[in-house]
Amino acid sequence: MLPAMRADDPFLDRYAHGTRAMTASEIRALFAVASRPEVVSLAGGMPFTAALPFDIIGEVVAEVLAREGAASLQYLGGQGDPRLREALVELMTYEGIHASEGEIIVTAGSQQALDLLARMFCDPGDVIVAEGPSYVGALSAFSQYQVEVRHVRLDDEGLDPEALSEALDRLGREGKRVKFIYTVPNYHNPAGVTMNAERRLRVLDLARRHNILIVEDNPYGRLGFERDPPPALRADDAENVVYLGSLSKVFCPGLRIGWALVPPALRERMILVKEAADLCSSSFAQSVAYRYFAHYPWRETLKALRDVYRERRDAMLDALDEEFPAGARWSRPQGGFYVWLELPEQLDARAMLAKAIAARVAYVPGGAFYADGQGGSQVRLSYCFPAPDRIREGVRRLAGVVVEELDLIRALGGVPKMARAVDDSPSTGWGGVQ
Amino acid sequence: MSFECSIAVIAGGLSFEREVSLRSGRRVADALRERGYGVAELDADDQLVESLRTGGFDAAFVAMHGRFGEDGTVAALLELLGLPYTGSAFDASRLAFDKLAAKAVLGRAGISVPAAIPVAEGALRELGMGTLLERAMDELGLPVVVKPNRGGSALGVRLVDRADQLSAALMSSFGYDDTVLLERYVAGTELALSIVDGLAPLPAVEIRPKEGWYDFAARYTHGAVDFRVPAELEPDVATGCLEIAKSAHIALGCRDLSRADAVLDSNGVCWVLEVNTGPGLTSTSLVPMAADAAGISFADLTAHLTNRAIARRPR
Repeated sequence: MLPAMRADDPFLDRYAHGTRAMTASEIRALFAVASRPEVVSLAGGMPFTAALPFDIIGEVVAEVLAREGAASLQYLGGQGDPRLREALVELMTYEGIHASEGEIIVTAGSQQALDLLARMFCDPGDVIVAEGPSYVGALSAFSQYQVEVRHVRLDDEGLDPEALSEALDRLGREGKRVKFIYTVPNYHNPAGVTMNAERRLRVLDLARRHNILIVEDNPYGRLGFERDPPPALRADDAENVVYLGSLSKVFCPGLRIGWALVPPALRERMILVKEAADLCSSSFAQSVAYRYFAHYPWRETLKALRDVYRERRDAMLDALDEEFPAGARWSRPQGGFYVWLELPEQLDARAMLAKAIAARVAYVPGGAFYADGQGGSQVRLSYCFPAPDRIREGVRRLAGVVVEELDLIRALGGVPKMARAVDDSPSTGWGGVQ
Repeated sequence: MSFECSIAVIAGGLSFEREVSLRSGRRVADALRERGYGVAELDADDQLVESLRTGGFDAAFVAMHGRFGEDGTVAALLELLGLPYTGSAFDASRLAFDKLAAKAVLGRAGISVPAAIPVAEGALRELGMGTLLERAMDELGLPVVVKPNRGGSALGVRLVDRADQLSAALMSSFGYDDTVLLERYVAGTELALSIVDGLAPLPAVEIRPKEGWYDFAARYTHGAVDFRVPAELEPDVATGCLEIAKSAHIALGCRDLSRADAVLDSNGVCWVLEVNTGPGLTSTSLVPMAADAAGISFADLTAHLTNRAIARRPR
């Protein structure tokens, strides 16, 4: 018998470049354990759908079938249901946006809009400027187009315009083609911070001066616990901002409804790209969403959701205040789903995850939210899904792990930062982390 | 529909190899169904004993990896339930799973094992062992392999080239076990040597990672590794390696199935790194690959192992 080179994947030589970096990873293996009920998962960003009004949704679904019949099950134009688009226009007025339904393209969650925008704008080697940290799902979408993501610092007041200005100047000097600035201005995923009003104007101004488009991703804007966030960037600039909205956090994530509000110049091209991708988003889901937002008391549901998430945010912040050792700091979100935790810098959040899961608590290591290897001692904690008691228990367990790790580092006489092992490519190994 | 035999395929659990185990379990279950067995897939959770007790099973196929499976925990439980099962019994599993204890047994049986120094987390925290790590590295020489004493799939395993990488590697490894081994690195041809009781020896599989070493990502990413089956070795060398694997299987008291991970160095010494009593059975795993090269399909392999378990049924 002659030795044969074994081809365990017959398609191996045929994959596109954009997917070749997708490999199995230790971290994802650990997340498989994190999904067990014994583990308090502060990792996933799953909306708490149990708080949705099932009776009303049942009524809406029945109404769609009864009133619209076969039409609700038929294909639809790629731009989306005009009735839903009208309802979305109304939703956006709360962000200070005045638009018309014709400027909206309905997408399969705002996640699809991220993919479509990268597909429309980016060639391999192009640059997207994003906050550091930035939404992991956006990084994953962008990485498929072999885009270079340059991160810009963010602090408690959101994206730092000074840092943005420096980054854009530097990229200009390097001769890089920056295709857009990607930002999550409200209740940032993962950082939990909100960009203040003054900075919004400065960011808009910078983008215009550099002639760079802004992509404003706003899935959490309606989930303010104390007050509404400042007006959207799009409210002050209809020409140079693509605004992305989502019903996933205010209604049903499983319906997969998001939208892009685009400048007129982009509209036709984006509709073509959308139709090429999937013809249209689910017409049935769009009918359900339209009827719900046009005819049902969605504000009450939204209020109930805010109350749920506020209580959970409070539980997490209280537990962090009580349990966490000195040297750690964290954001204090005014809305949304996430707290960004910065551990003492000698800790490696990625290496610590196995120990945390053994202690029955899970989180997402901060490195997932950077395309360039930063974030080693940072952690994203989600409070959206577990009940308040579980959140408190999870934070208590995590604090115990942190204290033990610090103790172990002392026993080892310190850990040089540059020696840390990086065992995943940052933005490709995180499929499924919202 | 009635089946002649009803098999519980046990997989998952809270081990860090849960995902891998679920993949193995799913594949085993499909293969057994294909062969006409009645199959129930059971997650190793708090319902497990109840499900096994009331399920009316003839045998269990243990597709567990890592803690609570490969360490013999589930075997002990199945013994108590009186349900025959595939694979090694409690004592052999527990022994093989503890790499340090297994090294001692293998060494006494005349099998070459790389020298290793255990580092317990407690010894670092409470006894000041940190100051001795340099001496340990001097003794073993660089590079050194840092690995959890109990664990699999190369989770938490780090290759340390420079002394200043050691503490970070230890931190990663302690995530998986409170005792970590510093093991002498052996360069050479990486081999997976599968032993299946009741079958002719399966060919050795040679592992050639395309980049770096055979880490977790390489193990479970299609195409990350070139495998040569059979290994590109002189026939008598290959036979010698397989004989060593068989001796290791016997020395540790393994039953049905084991896979020795070994390195053949440039002097022709076959070093056994560890013996797995619950080797992976996924589509990228090594035992199925070896069987396939010997003309034994995955369904044949699983049926063979299952029938051995059924034959142990008390009469």
